[in-house]
This record gives sequence, C-alpha cells and structure tokens, in this order.
Amino acid sequence: MAEIRTLHDAVADLVHDGDTVAMEGFTHLIPYAAAHEVIRQSITDLTLVRMTPDVIYDQLIGAGLVKKLVFSWGGNPGVGSLHRFRDAVENGWPRPLELDEHSHAGMANRYVAGASRLPFAVLRGYRGSDLATRTDTVSTVMCPFTGEELAAVAALNPDVTVIHAQQADPDGNVQMWGLTGVQKEAVLAADRVLVTVEEIVDSLVPRPGGVVLPGWVIDAVAVVPGGAHPSYASGYSVRDNDFYQAWDPVSRDREKFTKWLEETVS
Amino acid sequence: MEVNAARALAGAKTCFVGIGLPSTAANLARATLNPGLVLIYESGTIGSKPTRLPLSIGDGELAETADAVVPVPEMFNYWLQGGRIDFGFLGAAQVDRFANINTTVVDRGPDRPEGRLPGAGGAPEIAANCRQVLMVLRHSPRNFVAKLDFVTTLGHGTGPHDRARLGMRGAGPVAVITDLGILRPDPDTAELTLTDLHPGITVEQVRKATGWELRTAAELRTTPSPTEAELTALRTLKSAGKKAS
Repeated sequence: MAEIRTLHDAVADLVHDGDTVAMEGFTHLIPYAAAHEVIRQSITDLTLVRMTPDVIYDQLIGAGLVKKLVFSWGGNPGVGSLHRFRDAVENGWPRPLELDEHSHAGMANRYVAGASRLPFAVLRGYRGSDLATRTDTVSTVMCPFTGEELAAVAALNPDVTVIHAQQADPDGNVQMWGLTGVQKEAVLAADRVLVTVEEIVDSLVPRPGGVVLPGWVIDAVAVVPGGAHPSYASGYSVRDNDFYQAWDPVSRDREKFTKWLEETVS
Repeated sequence: MEVNAARALAGAKTCFVGIGLPSTAANLARATLNPGLVLIYESGTIGSKPTRLPLSIGDGELAETADAVVPVPEMFNYWLQGGRIDFGFLGAAQVDRFANINTTVVDRGPDRPEGRLPGAGGAPEIAANCRQVLMVLRHSPRNFVAKLDFVTTLGHGTGPHDRARLGMRGAGPVAVITDLGILRPDPDTAELTLTDLHPGITVEQVRKATGWELRTAAELRTTPSPTEAELTALRTLKSAGKKAS
C-alpha cells in the first residue's frame, strides 16, 4: 500500500546506487523534481531506462550518475541534440555511457513484457535495421503456428519506476490523464514505484482516458506541485517551451552546465 | 519543400507524423487540400486537429484536439503494427540511394568517435508497417550519402526485392521531397531517381547536392509554384506556433 511521504524520504528509501531506474513520461508528466532529488542525493551508477530520454536525463548523465542508458530516442524535443548525452557517448565525459538502444516499438513491448512478467515480447520489428547488431536484448523467434520469423525483445523490469501524475487520494491511489505514454507498463514492470503528484484530493473523480493506479501497486506517493516542470501536467500546467530552448546553450558547454547544476539543483 | 510535401498527402486518409518538417507538411495538408486527414502522433494522439504547429510530439494541443488518446504500446501494436495507417511521414539525418535512413550514428573519421544522433524513435516500424512512406529533408551531400554509416530504418534495402524478402508489408518510401525537387524509387531498381524539380532549380544543382551519381527520369517535371492560399496557410500555421511558444 502506498505511503504518503516527503520526496526526500521516498527517494532515499526507494532509489539506491546501482539501480535500474525508469523515469517515464512521453513529453507530458516527466518526473523532473524526483530526478533532481536523485541528483541532490548523489545516487549513482544508475542504469536509466526511458523511451525518450530528454533534458532531465541529460542532467542526470551530465551529473555523472549514469553508467548505462536504455532508450529509443534521445533528444531535446523540438530543439535538437542532448549535448550532455552526446558528450558522454562521444567523449566519455564525465564518465563513459554504455548504451542499449532500441526502436520505440521495441521499448514499448519490452515494458509490456515486463509488466506481464513474461521473459520477452514479440513484434514485427527491427527488420533490415542495424540496431539488432549492437544489443543483446533483441533476437528472433519463430511463430509456432505460422513459421514466421518475428523479433523478440527482452522484458524490462526496472528496480524502480518513478512517474509524475495529477492526483492521488489519501490512500495513495493515483490518477493520471492526457498523454499517458508508457507509464502504466513501466509502473507494473517495476519492483518499487514512486509517484509524485500535483495534489492529494479527497476522492479521485474518473476522467475520460484516465489511468488509475491502485495504491497497492505503489510504494510511495509524494506531493510535489509543479514536479513535472519544464514538462507539464495536463489540467495543471503547460509545457515551458522556453526552458527547452534555453537548455540548448547551457548543455553545450561543460562549465556552463556544471554551474547551472550547482546553482539550480543543489 | 513544405508545400510539395503537403501536396503528397492529397489522397491520404491517415498519416503517422514525425515531428519537424513532416509535421509541418501534414498540418499544412490539413489546412489546405485535405481537411479530413487523420493525423497520428506516436505520443498516442489519433485525429489531432491543431491550429498551430506542435512544438513536440507531446504538445498538449495534440492531445486536447484529438479524437482519441491511446497509450504508447497500443499506438505501436494495434494501430501501426495492425496495418491501419496509410502514410508514414519521416525526416532523416542521412539517406542513401535506396531511401534507407540513418538517425543513429555518423562516422567522423578514424581519429574521432562516432557522432551521436537521437536514435531510431518510431521510424523502423513506421517504415515497415505504413502502406506508403514519404520523406522530407533538406538536400545536401551530408544528407544524401553514397553509403550510410548505420542503417536505422530500412527503405528499399539494396533493391526492389529486399522488403518482400524481409516480410515487410508496406510499399516503403514512395517519395523523398527536398528543397530542390522530388526523388522517387525507380519501379524496376528501387533506386531513388530525380523526377521533379522545383521552379528555378537545375539538375546540376541537385546532382551536386547528392552524394551518389543521381539518375534522372526521362521526363523531368517541374513542381507547380506554391499558390497564395498555400503560402498563407503555411504562414498562419507558423506564426500561430510562434505565438503559442
């Protein structure tokens, strides 16, 4: 059953050095505040998992806390490259970054397998792509009914999944709506789950297309209004597009980035 | 380029849209000759009707104006892999003569590490599963290369039979629209061939901007100039996007 906790205590208890951590959010509801708490607590040697690592993963990588990235598209959406990510991959700064790289369809299915507690998922994917040559988590299986060769992708089961949502009730049941991405699968695939929310309400009113996660699949809920900024929480905030633009020059320069990190996150 | 890319969607019912130039073109098509076009973004929105250009695939406006918002695994498994989408519309960092795409890494020479690009995203399965694929990108020798450093997304492989051999269902890339003209795969060899020039552009210019010996169609067409209505619609979409940001 989910406990309502402070962000500091929840992160300290649930995220450990060396963990595989998924902080999901498909442009919407990205758990920035929780990731900044990971940086403040210097939790390191992480394997980070996410379909679309963007600015927050750039910050975690630049802070030197990440040894491996499992992903399918890494960029600053609508702006360009992630420069801390590129610097780590191309130059090993501040430390080398190992990659396990997939397509979106592959990553989504890896989470589905993880949530289903199956060893792998099957899809028509990766055909003719060099991606499979660089990873040991894509293979092929033969359909036992038709003989067709299909791609098999290994299940993803993070030690911890962290997401941001709009609302929780006092029992720690959570509801999110709008673009809900792959968060439900990432939560159900994980051993431990932390959800930051905009607010706690007396009772959850069902929303069209809303995803409800019962408190008994969540370990901790922390109330962090604006915890998705510069991403957004539909119904509460809008995306801070200026921040994403402004990140580009900060992240291009190691010194500027380090200064930004010290001044903003510490 | 955007106008011609939009025109390529004249007969399309559904389009799986990449961000950037493809998104500009698809929204322009909706604003001009194909108002009923169903725009699908990989963030999970089906039937988005934005009044301005979205600034990312997860722009709130795409969700608020959509007929349906679905989870990402459903988008890729039921809608894309399910073969329900007419056109896929992609950009690229590098493309070769068979319209294969690289968006993963670029070789920067023996003494330097590979240059890192964003990665595959949805492209490999968009190119595999949509009935047809359109591409739009700027034309330069850096983008149109003789040999890809990495194949992220298969276009036509090494010739006309590769897609069938790999069991891919869609027709693959049918047109590559650039700022200089339009390239289409030759029906016999699947090699990209220059079929259309934009007004004022010469074959020589296109050849210089292409990293392989570009073939040209026997009869080269000239694309019609953008109409006032098309230019106005494009400006409106772009200025509305700027205001919103």
